[in-house]
Amino acid sequence: MPEKSGAEILIDILVEQGVDTVFGYPGGAVLPIYDALFQHKKIKHVLVRHEAGAAHSAEGYARATGKPGVVLVTSGPGATNAVTGIADAFMDSIPLIVLTGQVATNLIGSDAFQEADTVGITRHCSKHNYLVKDPAELSAVVREAFVIATKGRPGPVVIDIPKNVQVATASTDVKSPARSRFTYAGEADYAEINRAVELIANAKAPILYTGGGIINSGPTASEALRELAELTGAPVTSTLMGLGAYPASGEAWLGMLGMHGTYEANMAMNQCDVMVCLGARFDDRVTGRLDAFSPNSIKIHVDIDRSSMNKTVRVDLPIVADVGMAMRQMIDVWKGRKYKTQPLTEWWSRITGWRAVDCLSYPGSTQEIMPQYAIERLFEATKDKAPIITTEVGQHQMWAAQHFHFDAPNKWLTSGGLGTMGYGLPAAIGAQMGNPDALVIDIAGEASIQMNIQEMATASQYRLPVKVFILNNEWMGMVRQWQELTYESRYSESYSDSLPDFVALAEAYGWKGIRCDDPAKLDDAIAEMLAHDGPVMFDCRVHKTSNCFPMIPSGAAHTDMILHADQVSGTMDDEAKALV
Amino acid sequence: MHIKQELTERHVLTLTVDNEAGTLARIAGMFTSRGYNIDSLTVADISEDHTTSRITIVTKGPPPVIDQIIAQCERLIPVHKVTDLTEAGPHVERELALVKVNGTGDQRVEAMRLADIYRARVIDATVNSFIFEITGGPEKIDTFVSLMREVGLVEVGRTGIVGLMRGADAS
Repeated sequence: MPEKSGAEILIDILVEQGVDTVFGYPGGAVLPIYDALFQHKKIKHVLVRHEAGAAHSAEGYARATGKPGVVLVTSGPGATNAVTGIADAFMDSIPLIVLTGQVATNLIGSDAFQEADTVGITRHCSKHNYLVKDPAELSAVVREAFVIATKGRPGPVVIDIPKNVQVATASTDVKSPARSRFTYAGEADYAEINRAVELIANAKAPILYTGGGIINSGPTASEALRELAELTGAPVTSTLMGLGAYPASGEAWLGMLGMHGTYEANMAMNQCDVMVCLGARFDDRVTGRLDAFSPNSIKIHVDIDRSSMNKTVRVDLPIVADVGMAMRQMIDVWKGRKYKTQPLTEWWSRITGWRAVDCLSYPGSTQEIMPQYAIERLFEATKDKAPIITTEVGQHQMWAAQHFHFDAPNKWLTSGGLGTMGYGLPAAIGAQMGNPDALVIDIAGEASIQMNIQEMATASQYRLPVKVFILNNEWMGMVRQWQELTYESRYSESYSDSLPDFVALAEAYGWKGIRCDDPAKLDDAIAEMLAHDGPVMFDCRVHKTSNCFPMIPSGAAHTDMILHADQVSGTMDDEAKALV
Repeated sequence: MHIKQELTERHVLTLTVDNEAGTLARIAGMFTSRGYNIDSLTVADISEDHTTSRITIVTKGPPPVIDQIIAQCERLIPVHKVTDLTEAGPHVERELALVKVNGTGDQRVEAMRLADIYRARVIDATVNSFIFEITGGPEKIDTFVSLMREVGLVEVGRTGIVGLMRGADAS
């Protein structure tokens, strides 16, 4: 009976599952797997410079391609360094397979060199995890892991493989089936869909509140959303994670909602009579003060995860289903019953009034580059190239969400739930690996970019032409903004002191470096960045003290938006301070 | 500012789970990481082929939290079924306790008399001690233990609650 080592079995199953790219970093406890990968014809290994980079790169790859991202790291520090990326993928429902080496089974628990309790550490930040103690179990475990990571609500699955299990052999004859214990929602119950369609058809002020679940459900879900919006005539808003599912150029688009969402989106959420939440989860960044959240609406919630129902907001009609399928069912029912698209004239005229507030306007300057202006110009210069945009976390992320506009899914990669600084550059690398011909830009801040800046070498090694566009205001801008709003401008530790010379740094890594601080020269500088056939770091020196508005302060309702800096008080009561 | 407390309800949940390494840690840890309470937890293999265990958890929380607890349990891969006995209707709950009492003379006689009333059995005896075995609902055991405190209680071991739905059907 033919036998193979655990490492070889693992690689065979990865190939069987369609894996062509693995992001990883070698170390003692994964050497047998790396040996099996040596000059492998079907699997390309991308050597990152820090395991956090591996996890975020895999996230970027997954988000941009729709396929699961695969991570391979060693035991102990290799695994613990990857934990932030695993937690990030868990919060944002990104399918990852994380393969971690472990010390040999007979050494587990002995405080061996580079031993960490990886399954213990990742238990509550992964969708599922395994410790494989016998190579004969590997094929079934890995097959099941791919099902769990990608089906239902996607998420990261960790497989911890002790070194002796990688070396020991097992029969390859046994066709171990993927175990079928994992069940997940698919189509919705038609009774629920009928009721939902009736509610929408009879609404005077409906709204579609969409989220990342639509992106996860696949491109057909985005198409269904467009059709549903057109049929119902309802306005569409989206969470940070859902941008691109409905085109920003579409007529029904209100912009993003939530803490830094548009005035019209938040007012429409507050005033609607029927809210249809599609693949979103009523996150605290979206709802603001819960007891004042959309007080008069009937709420329909379509989500594939039953635990998202009634978690923070009580809904009237929970529908546990794949959001793409449920929307398709709604469309079928709508058409089958020959409902007419309602003009909703009064509702749209109120929305037009809110739009007239022009909440995203900002003070212009001919002397300095305003950060919003930089995003606008970047958008104008790249919008015909269907770019993939990644971000770090902070003000630049929110400005990008507000001023860069997405017309297609899988083009917007950002750390929403966990809010991980250092996500953007490795995510851009992963997205570029999955889309070699795409224009991939990491919109960054000067503080965030330093959290995984070592990944510049990865881009150099694989000749990935990623662009890093840094809005450099020399502050951890979002921290400074909150200190201004909440702590009377006591700027505790939020100044980005001792910054590197980003142009010199770019050159040190073999990148091109560009610096610009003049609004008149910005377009040319962006053109120069785009014309360069290789990685570019763009140090865009922006107005230092701009804040990101509109903003719903923590603990406030949608109707209490701060639109401009002159509405800021500088203090906050303890109840509000206690909220994140 | 002060931390607010909410009114809670007691619920008995039973979970059918895969009998594999880490399942209990996954469930117990999920309760901790999401800030839920566990008043008692029991687990034992219940299937002929040793692949399935049944876990009984007694928890407390406001009704929306109980609903979340059930949903979060169901989300775990090795958890196949969650039943809220409290919500599902008439059910029985039983717990077993071992109660050790030291004493001589009248105290010892009184312990025996009370044990008899509560239908506790003696499973170990020396000239100055007993171990009683008692089963029943948690309140009966609470009462018995507090009575034993008066007559020389040394220590108590309790299993935590197991429960089943009344009637012919499986829960």
